[in-house]
Order: sequence, then C-alpha cells, then structure tokens
Amino acid sequence: MPTSTVSSDADLSAVLADQVRTAASDGEALRITGGDTKAFYGRRTQARTLSIAGHRGVIAYEPSELVITARGGTPLAEIETLLYAHGQKLAFEPPSFGLASTIGGVVAAGLSGPARPFAGAVRDFVLGVTILDGRGGSLRMGGTVFKNVAGFDAFRLMAGALGCLGVLLDVSLRVTPRPRARAWLSLDEDWPSAQDRITALMRRAIPLSGAFHDDGRLHLRLSGAEAAVMALRRELGGEAGREAAWAEVRNMTHPLLAAPRLWRLSVPQRSRVSHLAGRWLRDWGGAQCWLTTDEPAENVRAAAAAAGGHATLFRGAKNGESVFTDLAQPLKELHGRLKRAFDPEGIFNPGRMYEGL
Amino acid sequence: MLDKFDDRLDPRFAAVDRQTLVAQLAAVLPTDALITEAEGMVVYESDGLAAYRGMPAVVVLPRDAQAVRAVLAVCADLGAPVVVRGAGTGLSGGALPFPGCVLLSLARLNRIVSTDADARVARVQPGVRNLAVSEAAAPYGLFYAPDPSSQLACSIGGNVAENAGGVHCLKYGLTVHNLQRIEVLTISGETLVLGGDALDAPGFDLMALMTGSEGLLGVVTEVTVKLLPLATHARVMLIAFDDVRAAGEAVAAIIAAGITPAGLEMMDHLALNAAEAHAHAGYPTDAAAILLCEIDGAAEDVADELARVRAVCEAAGATVVRLAGDEEERRRFWAGRKGAFPAMGRMAPDYYCIDGTIPRRRLPQVLVEIARMSASHGLPVANVFHAGDGNLHPLILYDANIAGQMEKAEALGGAILELCVEVGGTITGEHGVGREKINQMCAQFGQAEIETFAAIKAAFDPQGLLNPGKAIPTLARCAEFGAMHVHRGELPFAHLDRL
Repeated sequence: MPTSTVSSDADLSAVLADQVRTAASDGEALRITGGDTKAFYGRRTQARTLSIAGHRGVIAYEPSELVITARGGTPLAEIETLLYAHGQKLAFEPPSFGLASTIGGVVAAGLSGPARPFAGAVRDFVLGVTILDGRGGSLRMGGTVFKNVAGFDAFRLMAGALGCLGVLLDVSLRVTPRPRARAWLSLDEDWPSAQDRITALMRRAIPLSGAFHDDGRLHLRLSGAEAAVMALRRELGGEAGREAAWAEVRNMTHPLLAAPRLWRLSVPQRSRVSHLAGRWLRDWGGAQCWLTTDEPAENVRAAAAAAGGHATLFRGAKNGESVFTDLAQPLKELHGRLKRAFDPEGIFNPGRMYEGL
Repeated sequence: MLDKFDDRLDPRFAAVDRQTLVAQLAAVLPTDALITEAEGMVVYESDGLAAYRGMPAVVVLPRDAQAVRAVLAVCADLGAPVVVRGAGTGLSGGALPFPGCVLLSLARLNRIVSTDADARVARVQPGVRNLAVSEAAAPYGLFYAPDPSSQLACSIGGNVAENAGGVHCLKYGLTVHNLQRIEVLTISGETLVLGGDALDAPGFDLMALMTGSEGLLGVVTEVTVKLLPLATHARVMLIAFDDVRAAGEAVAAIIAAGITPAGLEMMDHLALNAAEAHAHAGYPTDAAAILLCEIDGAAEDVADELARVRAVCEAAGATVVRLAGDEEERRRFWAGRKGAFPAMGRMAPDYYCIDGTIPRRRLPQVLVEIARMSASHGLPVANVFHAGDGNLHPLILYDANIAGQMEKAEALGGAILELCVEVGGTITGEHGVGREKINQMCAQFGQAEIETFAAIKAAFDPQGLLNPGKAIPTLARCAEFGAMHVHRGELPFAHLDRL
C-alpha cells in the first residue's frame, strides 16, 4: 500500500509507554503536548511534560479508501499537504496555531473550523485511535473503515477530551475529496438581519460551506459542484470575498480572535445573544460567537446558557479561573468515573478540563 | 446456539423472585403496561434475528420517561436485568431477552414532539419510526438522512442504540452524524442531557459514546435529530459487469475519482436475480454483478458527475450502463435493491444476513474468498453490499428444517466476519454486535480493549443490568472463543496478504 514517510518519522510508542508506566507507578501527573501550540487552551496545570512531537509519521494513506492514519505527533501541515496533493482534505478544517500543530493535538482539542455546521466536527471524522491508557497499555479503538459499530465508540470520545483519557499514539481520520469549485463573497449586512439570511439559506440544498459575520459584513463561502456554486454566486450578489479572510478566521489570526482574553459562545444558530457589550465575530452562521468583553464571566456564561448554549473562556483565563462551563452533577460524576476507567491514577492532564478531573 | 446464555461465559445475576418483580412493577405501572402471560410475551421472544429466541420474566410498555424511570428503579433495586427494545427489527439479536429479564419496550413513547424547520431539527420520542421523521419533515423540504432498509418499521431509539446506517451514509453520514441532542436515563434513574441545541456541549462527547452502545449504557428517552434539505435533483445509474471483481474495482475507482455518490450499492448475480424476480426492477439478469449509483445535487452537476461515473465504469469493463430515464424507473431500480432481503425467500426457506465492513480496495479479493467459503461450506451466498462504504451483506441461504444447516450457516457467517477483520475491516458495519457476533468481538479486539469496554460499561451501569450478554463479551468468553488472538501464528486466512 502506498505510504508516505519523511526522514524524521519515528515510532516512539515503546518509549512513551515506558514514561507513562513510570509516571503511573510514581503517581506523577503528566501534561501531554504535541507541538504545544494550544498551551493557552484549558485550565492551567502543573505537571511534567510528556511530548509526543517526536512520535510522528503517516502510517497509511490510500486515497481511494478516504482515510489517513498518522502518528499523534505528525504535523497537521504535513498531513494537509499530503492530502492536498491527492485532491483531498480534512473536511472539519481544524485551526492551526502554528507549524508545530500536530494531528494528535487537533483531535485532543476537538476544534473545528468554519466548515463545522456544513461538514461536521472533528469527532465526525475520527474512525479509530490507538491510545496509551493511564497504565501505559496500548488500546486500539475503532478502525480505518467508515461504517464500524463493533464496540463502544470510545475513539470518538477522544475528540475534544483534551488528553484527559489517554495519549493519542495514532489516529485514523476520514478524509473527503476537495470540491471542484469554490467562491467567496461578502455582503454589507448587519446582525441579526444577516443571521436570518443564513437561516433561510441553510434550509436549502445549496453548496454553502461557510458563513461568518464581522464588523457589519456577512462573509459567505461556497464549495461544491461547478454549476451549483456559480448559480448561488450569481444569486447572492455582493462583493467578491478574500480566501485569505477565511484562513484568518480558521487559524484565529484575525486580530479579534488573537485577543489576549477571548470568549467562545457555542449557541443555537438562530439564538439572539448580542446584549453583552464588546466586540463580536460570529462564525458557524452564528452558532459559534467569538467575543472580547469586559463583562464579568458570570454574565457571559449566563447569556450563553439563556440562549441554549455554553461559553468557554477560550484564551486568557487567570490561574484557577474556570475555562469550560460547569457540568450538571450527574454528568460531572460520570466524567469522573469515565476518567478512572481510562486513567485510574489520574495522571493525564489533571485539571486541564475541570478541577478534579 | 448463541441464544442460550451460559453462566460460565456470560454475566450472572442472583435469581430475582418473579412474583416480587411483577408486583413491584405493577405498583408503578398501569395494568395495560404490563404483560406477564406467556402468550402475550411470545412476540417479544426474538427480534429481527428470528433464529434466536428467549423468554423474559415480564414485558413492560411504559408511555413516558417517568414510567421508564420507575421501571429502572425497580430493576436496579431488585438487581433484575433489563433488555430495552424498540421496534424489534434489529438483525443481531440485540433485543433478545436475557433469562429472567425485564423486557422494556419503548414502542409507546411514539410522539414527534416538535419539528422546527428553521432550526432543521425534529424532537422525537424513541419509539417514533425512522420513516415517520422524514415524512414529518417533507412538507418543509427536509429529510432525516439515515435510512436503514427497515426504515418503515424501525424506531429512532433503536437507530441511536445501533448507530444505524442505510444506503445514503456515504454522503450524509450515519446516525451519530445526524444527532443534535439526546436524553438518556441511567439505570440509577438520573437524566443525562447529551449534546444540545448548540453544535457542541462542554465535557466529553458522551452523545457520540452513547450512539451505537446497544442499550448497554442507558435508556434513550428523547432524541433531537438533524434534518437536511432535500436535494433538488437525484438520478440513479445502473451499471452491469460480467465479472464481480471488475465491479469491485469500479467501486474503488469511483471513490478514487473524487465522486461522492448519494448511494452506491452492489448486488451479485444471485442477489440481483432474486431481487428481479421479486420486484421486476429491470435488472439485466445475465450480469455477474450490478452497481446502482445515485448522484444528487443541481441538475447540471448531476449530469456532469454521472458522465464521470460512466467513464470510470466503462474503463473498468462495464457491459451495460443505463441511466434511469424517469422518476418511475429510478424508483424501480431502488425497489429491487431495497427488497433484496425479502426476495431471498424465493431462493431458500431461510437466509442469514451477515454485516461486515472491509476497505473498498479489498472488495474483489473478498468476493472471491466468500465464493470459495460458500462452496466449501456447501451453502449458497448471495451478496448485497453498501459498496461505497465497503459494507457487505452476504446472505447465507439455508433450510432450518434440515438438521445441522443452521449451525453450518452460523459457522460460515463467523468465518466471513473473521475474513473481514483479517483484511483490515470490522465484524459489523451497521447491524451491531448484539448477541450474534459476541464471539467475533474476541477476534476483533484484544483483552485490553475488552477490559476497557467493560470499564466504560461499569462507569454507566455498575451492576451490569442493562442488556447483559450483548455487544461486549466477557473475558471468559474470549478465552474460550478468541482463537484468532490467542493463536496469532495460525490465522485462518494465512494465504491472504496482510495489511
């Protein structure tokens, strides 16, 4: 089978397993890192670093199977370059926070880009993982085929678990063909009138693949088959958009998204949350709102909850400050039990997601 | 046969006094929600895998989540096993009664709570039929994408439990990709809201974990599904081959060409002839295999894409390429495929439907191997595939009235599943492990994975009361049946290339 390798590829699973076993027997906490580009994300934790950056390389890639399997430390950029060369892509558009961003970090953080409402989230594309559990044992969950219902879907659980359940040795991801045609446009339109336009568009079978609103302008992206993209482009009018603007939103290099203290509100697409004073950028058609504000944290969390969603202090949490929205008590207890099922000694990223987890 | 549970190899429970159990359930349920007589319970003795039968201690039919909670409280208190059942169409024995269990039917929780066209979601109770959701959404130009062939009868709760697929998954995803929010009751009576009205929820992605968990982790009491806009145009192309391997190669070539069909199905000679006799679909009966390839989208794009499909298939050696001329012909082409299982009734008194997934490029090789095993076991196999997904449904034809044939069919089925694992696939693509494939789980997973699954189960259900003996084997069972993992040196398909 064709595989792609680069000279720096290395299989460090045995070394990593040893490190985990030692840490488990010493009861020593580990902070798992890939490229360490998302150190800002989640609660601060004090722990020794376990780096998987050296554990890298594409293990298998067969374009006709629409799946790629790579070690956790493989740079995201390397994977995207390889997929691009074969006319494919990661449909969930994970943000890259620098060239060091790894595929393991992408899955662990569970962050998806502007295509999320149209194509799906990270967890929708995870087909299988190999992890090290909290005793250093290797577990292979899922597989490399799309339809697979054998065993619990514990591999999907790894997406967004922030490394709290295991070390991602390798991941198998479903990939998709790149669209034959794309177009970008922007319209002068205020929120929430732009929001209503998006709602109406999303009810139709059209090649809409992105919708963000920034500073009084609605930016739309179209991807799909040629005739459908051209027809929609004509129908929508507006001005030609910049492809680069989408990369700024996806990779969060847009000045607002690079703010030192940044909130993320994940809310139903049609909800109206605009009473908080501050500067907004709304992606995902309104379902993912970025906000810089001086409002107290409880006001932001209350507004998100009232809208039917939740708020994350995405960047800039002070020491000890909550990052993610608290869980209801039964769910919180269940999280604790699941954590112990994978990591009985509690050594993986303790406190990164929630205090005590 | 596997419908007999084994104290040594399956979970064990202390005996529960049936009279006490019935009395306590009767105290929390109206009279018409309780079936205790054998003649009333007999319809619950098996699900879609009719060869497996068992009797529950009692059947309960609550009308709402409150009553479900009350039933679970009684069961947890007495330590009685619980088997949850939806429409009972499952093909892996997932709803097979465990001895002495409470059979909890969710069929009466059958209300569509709301349909919201602007939010493109429907909130439904678990007993709502799959097709009823798409019917409710149709006036808004929307539909619910997962469409298992049982969609007329199967229920959404069961679809969540099995992570059901269908013919449109390749483009539109499985059940897990089409859920927004679920409400779950745990055995201890807690309500968990997983997912939400936003596109994600804080914490671990438990909605994804719950999907496909086959009733082992909790009881789904409400489901919010995503609705998708109906495509403006859809056309289906029938492509025939005089060699099954060429058909298999054409499938991989279509996907490699960057085409994403809305459906890509394959039937071999035996299957297509049974389907033709049953549905008069207009299939070329002399073909070794046919593909049905559906493309949807804008009219012009559909035409472009179909031209690409035609070119790829002709290059792969197609003998006939026929585009359905009108909606009526399209419907007929699909009717043949959707009726393929019942059509087997014309070929043999009984059939046993297998459900494995393999990497697409292994299709030609696996087809040849299945034919070889069919001959060596002395039972005919008709092949129906969700080819685009590499999901195989070999149908083993047998006669249960001939002594030993059922066992022979079971053995052949097991061998086909182990072949799927060998070539890098899985023992179940969409039907679930249930009771049927409990032994093959030991071929697919090692001890460490099985132990982790058991730990996940225990995190939700420490007493192990929910659907015992299904989906996740005990280590004792794997020690007895996990021959493939134990004897790595002597694999059953040693002549095949390894991945």
